Amino acid sequence: MLISNTQEIPGKSIVKFHGVVSGSTVRAKHIGKDIMAGLKNVVGGELRGYTELLTEARGEAIRRMSYQAESMGANAIVNVRFATSSVAQGAAELFAYGTAVTVE
Amino acid sequence: MELLIYAITPAMLLGAWITGTIIERRHFARLALLESGSSDILALTIEDIPAEWQVVSSDLVLGNVVISQDYFKRVAASLKGIVGGTIGVYEPLLERARREALVRMKGEARARGHDTIINVRIETSRLASQRPDGKGTAGVEILAYGTAISRNVVGD
Repeated sequence: MLISNTQEIPGKSIVKFHGVVSGSTVRAKHIGKDIMAGLKNVVGGELRGYTELLTEARGEAIRRMSYQAESMGANAIVNVRFATSSVAQGAAELFAYGTAVTVE
Repeated sequence: MELLIYAITPAMLLGAWITGTIIERRHFARLALLESGSSDILALTIEDIPAEWQVVSSDLVLGNVVISQDYFKRVAASLKGIVGGTIGVYEPLLERARREALVRMKGEARARGHDTIINVRIETSRLASQRPDGKGTAGVEILAYGTAISRNVVGD
């Protein structure tokens, strides 16, 4: 699956559009990581536990989006966008969407 | 005993200020090093690539970081917020996070064997809320993403 946030896959041409595909995941933090982040929050700096959590979650959202595109018979997703929203205290939704296409 | 309770908050503020400043300085020094190491990767916000570039392969690359402000500066910012104006203590924080996210994105592009990233976008989202008194987790996530490409340099 070729994924790009540009209008088309660089170096290839689109032959068919399949429509919008999306993938999302809602993640909450592990209690241990939460306590660690709370302590780190006093002195500031990177909250590594949260960075990793969001990286994994975004990867999962992209995978789900790819599965959907695959089931439509597409081989690429163009114009991918990301959205993050905190749905509840300590939980965040990672959302990825784009247009499934067939490229040559 | 009462004296001790009154001493805790100023001591915590002072401790957070000193540690936070040290962390910030170290981060800026590390960023300068990382950026000079990743200067071979070209990151562009444009989407249309020159016609003479022959793109061989492409990949979506991302770089993210969750960063938080120290307790002292959060309290300082909430006090400054009363009168309004520029909240200077937050500017270096966001700058650090953006530069870090860009460096990580470039690192991913290099790991996949690409040398150029087009259509770079940078997004900011607040991860969790903080309480008005400056306590509580207040993380900000910066996400940088773009399409990394490899090209033949015949037309360059």
